[in-house]
Amino acid sequence: MSHEKLRTSRKWLFLSMGIYLVLFVVGLSFGASTLSIDRLIPVLFGQGTFKEEFILFSIRLPRILILTLAGAALAMAGAVLQSVTRNDLADPGIIGINSGAGVGITVFYLFAGSKIQHFAYVLPVIAFIGGLLTAICIYFFSFEKGKGIQPVKLVLIGVGFASALSGLMILMISSAERQDVAFISEWLAGSIWGTDWPFIVALFPWLMICIPIIYFKANVLNLLTLSEPTAIGLGVNINKERSILLVVAVALAAAAVSVTGRIGFIGLMGPHIAKRLVGPKHQSFLVITPFIGAILLVLADILAQIIFSSAAVPTGIVVAIIGAPYFLYLLRK
Amino acid sequence: MKVIRKVPFYMQLPVSILFLLIIMLFAIWYGAADTTLKDVFEAIFQQKGSQYRSVLLELRFPRVIAAFFVGSALAVAGAVMQGVTRNPLADPGLLGVTAGANAALAGTLVFAPAASYYVIIVSCFIGAGIGMILVYGISATVKGGLSPMKLVLAGAAVTGFLQAIADGVGILFNISKDVSMWTSGGLIGTTWQALIGVVPFIVIGLILAMIMSRQLTILSLNEDVAIGLGQNIALVKWILMFVVVLLAGASVALVGNLAFVGLMIPHMVRAFVGTDYRYVIPMCMSFGGSFMVLADFTGRIMNAPFETPVVSIVSVIGLPFFLILVRKGGKAFVA
Repeated sequence: MSHEKLRTSRKWLFLSMGIYLVLFVVGLSFGASTLSIDRLIPVLFGQGTFKEEFILFSIRLPRILILTLAGAALAMAGAVLQSVTRNDLADPGIIGINSGAGVGITVFYLFAGSKIQHFAYVLPVIAFIGGLLTAICIYFFSFEKGKGIQPVKLVLIGVGFASALSGLMILMISSAERQDVAFISEWLAGSIWGTDWPFIVALFPWLMICIPIIYFKANVLNLLTLSEPTAIGLGVNINKERSILLVVAVALAAAAVSVTGRIGFIGLMGPHIAKRLVGPKHQSFLVITPFIGAILLVLADILAQIIFSSAAVPTGIVVAIIGAPYFLYLLRK
Repeated sequence: MKVIRKVPFYMQLPVSILFLLIIMLFAIWYGAADTTLKDVFEAIFQQKGSQYRSVLLELRFPRVIAAFFVGSALAVAGAVMQGVTRNPLADPGLLGVTAGANAALAGTLVFAPAASYYVIIVSCFIGAGIGMILVYGISATVKGGLSPMKLVLAGAAVTGFLQAIADGVGILFNISKDVSMWTSGGLIGTTWQALIGVVPFIVIGLILAMIMSRQLTILSLNEDVAIGLGQNIALVKWILMFVVVLLAGASVALVGNLAFVGLMIPHMVRAFVGTDYRYVIPMCMSFGGSFMVLADFTGRIMNAPFETPVVSIVSVIGLPFFLILVRKGGKAFVA
C-alpha cells in the first residue's frame, strides 16, 4: 500500500471513529426524556439521581450498544457477501438470510412463548441455524454447473426467499396466540427489541469470533473478487474459502437480527460507503466498515426518535426509507 | 414448458369455468358454520331459507365473489405486464405496483379518515400508478433499459421503500391497525358494499384487456414487428399500463398486497393455451379466479375457526414457482 493511500485510510478511520463518538453521546442524551449532555459524565461516575441513572444504564446505554454491535455485524456480513458472490447488491436483508433467521426465531418462539427473554444466549444460535439453511438453499439454487454462482440470479432468488419466508413466518405464527403475532410483526418491521444487557453479552462473542476471521481472510477476499479462473490460478481453494466466509457472514447477520429484528440495507450501504472512502482493497475498507455500519444504525435510530418522537417507529423502517433509494442508485450504475 | 394444445381452446375454457364453479361451490358450502348443500341452494334460489341464510349471504358469498375477481384481476394484470415488458418475471406485486397502492391507502386513511369507499379506491389507483412509474422510470433512465432480472430488483427496492412508508405512516398516526385490516386481512370481512364499489373497475379493466389482447400479442413479440404492422405502440402501451393500474389498484382496495398471483397464473395458462393473448387473458380470468378462491378457502379451513392469512399462503406456494422461472432464465416464456 502506498504511503498516500495509507494516510487516507487512516484519516477516514479516525474520522469515522470521531463521528461515531459524537453520535454515541447524542444518542445517550436524546430520547423521550432528555438527559442533558453535561450530566452524562457525572451520571456515568455514579453521581446522578436515581432517575438519571435508570435512564442511562437501563435504557440508553444498552440500546446504543446493541445498535452498535448489530450495525457493525450487518455491515461486515454485507461486505463479505458482496465479495464472495461478486455482487454489489448483496445484503443479508435483501437476499433473505435475515428472513431465514426470522423463521428460526419464530419456530423457537412457538415453543418458548413469552419467556423468550430468558433465552438471550440461545437466540443467536437458533437464528444462525435458520439463516444458514436459507443461505445453503439460495446458494444451491443460484449455482449453475460449470458456471459457478450467477451473481444477479443469487440476489433474485434471495428476494423470492425473503418474501416467501416472511409469509411462512406469519403462516406459522397465525396459529398461535394474538400477542405472539404482534411480536413477530414488530420483528419483521425491525424494531430493536432486545435492548437489555444479556442481549449485549449474547451478541458480543459472535462479533469477537467472526470479525477477526474476516480480517484474517482479507487477502483471500481480494482474490475472490477477481474472476474465478484467476482466483484458482492464484492458488485459492475457492469452494472451501467461499464456504467458510459464507458461514461467517451468515453467523454475523443472523446473530445481529436475532436481537434487533429484521433490518435490511445496512449490509448494503456500509461496505459501499467504506469502499467509496478508501478504495476497494479489503485490507483498507474492512477496517472502517464496522464503524460505518454502527454509525448508520445509530443515526437511523436517533432519526427515528427525533422525527417520530411520539411513537416508537421501528428503526428498520427508517433504514429502509434511506436504504432503498441507495439500492436503486447502485442498481442503475 | 411444453404446450398442451391437443385440446382445442373452445373445449379448454368451458372445462376451466366448470372447475371454477365447482371450487366456488365448495368454498361457499364449507366453513366454520356447519351448512349443508341444501342451505346453499335455498339461499341462492329462495327468498326464505334456513338459519344459515344470513351467514351465507352476508359472509361467504361476497367473500368468494371477491376472491374470484381479485384473482382474475391480478392474473390478467400480470399477464399484461409480462406481455408489454416482454419480461417473464413481471408481476404487480413484485414490481412495486401494489406496494404503491398500499402506501396511498395508508396516506388516505390518515389525511381523510372519513373518506368514502370511492375516494379510497381512487387513491389506490393513483398509488399503483406512482409505484409503476417509479419502477419503469428508473428503468427508463438507464441506457437500453434494465434487464428483466434487474427490473425485479428495482421493483423489490421500490416495494421495500413504499412498504416502509406505509408502515411508518401507519405507526406514526396510530392507524396501523386500520391499514393492516386492509392489507393483511385478505378477504376477511368483505362486504357487498365493498364489492359494489370495486368490482365495476375490475370489470372495466378485464374488458379493456380483452379488447386489447390482439394488440398485446403483437406487442409481446417484438416492438419492431408491432411498428411494422402499423401499431401505435405508445398509445397501446399507455392503455395497457392503465389497465394494469386499474386492476392492481382495485385488488389492493379489496385484499391488500398480494405478490406472485400475477406471476404464476399467466405462466401456467401459457402451458395450456400457448402465447396468444386472445386465449391467455380469458383463461387467466378463470384460472386466477379459481386459484384465489382455493387459496382463500384453504386459509379459512386450515386452522378453523381462525383465519390463516391468504397472503402468506400465496407467497409460500409462489416461491417454488418463482425459483423455477428464475432458474430457467425466462426461456419458458416463449413456451
